[in-house]
Amino acid sequence: MVAALILGTLGAVALRAEAGSGFAASDWAAVRFTLTQASLSALLSVGLAIPVARALARRRFPGRGFLIALLGAPFILPVIVAILGLLAVFGRAGWLSSLLGQFGMEPVQIYGLHGVVLAHVFFNLPLATRLILQGWQEIPAERFRLAAQLDAGALAMWRLLEGPMLRRVVPGALAVVFAICLSSFAVALTLGGGPRATTIELAIYQAFRFDFDLGRAALLSGMQLLLTGAAALVALRASAGEGFGAGLDRAARRWDGQGALARGLDVFWIILSAAFLLLPLATIVLAGLPGLADLKSSIWQAAGNSILVAAVSTLILLGLALPMAAAVAAGRNGMTELSGILGLAASPLVIGTGLFILIYPVADPFVLAVPVTALVNAVMALPFAMRILVPRASEVLARYGRLSLSLDMRDWAFVRRVYLPRMRAQTGFAAGLAAALSMGDLGVVALFADPDFATLPLQIYRLMGAYRMEAAAGAALLLLMLSMGAFWILDRGGRWHAEA
Amino acid sequence: MLRLENCRIMNGDYAVEADLEIAPGACVAVIGPSGAGKSTLVEAVAGFLPVTRGCILWKGADMTNRPPGKRPVAMLFQDGNLFPHLAVAQNVGLGLHANLRLSRAEWSRVDAALERVGLGGMGTRKPAALSGGQQSRVALARVLVQGRGILLLDEPFAALGPALKAEMLDLVAELARESGATVLMVSHDPDDARRIADQVVLVTDGTAHPPQQTAELLDNPPPALKAYLG
Repeated sequence: MVAALILGTLGAVALRAEAGSGFAASDWAAVRFTLTQASLSALLSVGLAIPVARALARRRFPGRGFLIALLGAPFILPVIVAILGLLAVFGRAGWLSSLLGQFGMEPVQIYGLHGVVLAHVFFNLPLATRLILQGWQEIPAERFRLAAQLDAGALAMWRLLEGPMLRRVVPGALAVVFAICLSSFAVALTLGGGPRATTIELAIYQAFRFDFDLGRAALLSGMQLLLTGAAALVALRASAGEGFGAGLDRAARRWDGQGALARGLDVFWIILSAAFLLLPLATIVLAGLPGLADLKSSIWQAAGNSILVAAVSTLILLGLALPMAAAVAAGRNGMTELSGILGLAASPLVIGTGLFILIYPVADPFVLAVPVTALVNAVMALPFAMRILVPRASEVLARYGRLSLSLDMRDWAFVRRVYLPRMRAQTGFAAGLAAALSMGDLGVVALFADPDFATLPLQIYRLMGAYRMEAAAGAALLLLMLSMGAFWILDRGGRWHAEA
Repeated sequence: MLRLENCRIMNGDYAVEADLEIAPGACVAVIGPSGAGKSTLVEAVAGFLPVTRGCILWKGADMTNRPPGKRPVAMLFQDGNLFPHLAVAQNVGLGLHANLRLSRAEWSRVDAALERVGLGGMGTRKPAALSGGQQSRVALARVLVQGRGILLLDEPFAALGPALKAEMLDLVAELARESGATVLMVSHDPDDARRIADQVVLVTDGTAHPPQQTAELLDNPPPALKAYLG
């Protein structure tokens, strides 16, 4: 069904695209920019993640567990909130600019390519760090002992342990970050724009909103799908079996890197990465607090819409993911895994465009903004939910499947008495992710919303466009609390009173 | 002479106490029930676990606080003794310089060591292309070129079949005799001790007892050892 949704919308896109008149120069510029920024973002994120992961792998300090947990936060952090935070630190009127101003230097310019790359590094440096840290922690403890026994210095450590591990892990991390950055929309919308900093996703949106040129939007969608599909395939191949970081807290005892230089460098990287992650978040909280007291009713309304969309989206996701996880666990995985890949490859705006083209002749698409946004958000969260649910579903089926058969437990009874209760903790985690992602999403809703309708992220974007930064900051803090709160409640709810 | 003077070794939340001496060139088996602290004892000698009281002396010099690579110790682990991405000769060469910058004379020492353990001409192969027994021989060749005074073995041949294990133990004893190294070997099998060890250190309930003659101890086991041997 998911495959039908994705393939169906793609079909609609393809049919419509033939009516188009080929690629204009500006479209090629969008393709070039998309590839450039994704490559730069991947190289910088992974390049910086290597020393950070190395420092985290071989040092123990108070707050290490907190910092590693914090590395997971950007995943559910609403993009628009992070961008407000980054603007407050790196923007024209931000901390960095005023610091530079003290020394008589020009303020930094955040809009354009480097702003887009900066925001992508903010989101993907933590992800890349987690992936690479996992590589470090998969090196068996005996190998470190053997290296210590052989009196291996920094160079020998590199050659014996670190080099081979990085050669295995880094290509996967690069491919994952590259694939994620290809379909960047909200970042490009807020920090890019203009003919020289437009991603394909943004070009789709512009073709749609400003020119209402469905043919061109469809053509761009086709191009986008080609790129993301190829990147998603490469990423899945290159990162086979890489999980989302179980047991990252364990630190093998190390004997290398005891020199003053190595210590100093590690401290430098840890402080730098922590500041890079924490400062923007801290500014959101500081800037948002005064605005939080007098939020306009339009913001509360938008917040209500966001909660509704997130709730519907979470329900749809669970309705899709729980049966699919069971199907994959039971071995019927050909089609279901395919749709997982498609879910990674298809971008929100591509599916949104397809749905628009499908709905447009029959009904007013703007009326359907809530269900369409919820549906697309659910499909986007599906690959992550599957990664969480499938391993547990396999375990449940393997452990209790035969017992239940011998008790003559029928399908529905098995689902109700065994499958769902045993899946509770993972279901809560997946639902929390889905709710947080949907709550903070600024993608397809931008296509479908008419001026009277807004979700909270869209409302924040409009406030930013109107230069009402104080109100935007207050709303951003509210959004941050809603996203994190939804995740926390659902994740806790799943684990509450759940027997291991 | 290796001397553990009034030592207390911490491994997580339990401790092992040891106050004993091992004669130079002796081949000593460390046996006892699992969980009693056999591995803890040898890991402290290797420098992988902290000694919170007392000190470890080698030939009268204190080595308690030296890092693992600066001790006169070579060690073979249960597994993971070879780096799979390096060729056999490189794995042996690590024993001379961990960064593998070896002179021609040093490479010929590597070849000689491989020859000695019966792997002449196999230096360019990767570990994966060798059998389990051959991999153990590569690790022994590295110990040989390391030329350290103390050799620690933590059940390194447990994965091999009985005949192969006996062969490897004999090779260890031979090599140790040639080089005059002091051997400490953790084992759960009393037959290993009878095969190559002149003395046995019995570890029970967090205490390592001074070495005793192998045959005497195994023929008249004290109650704790008797319960373990069955």
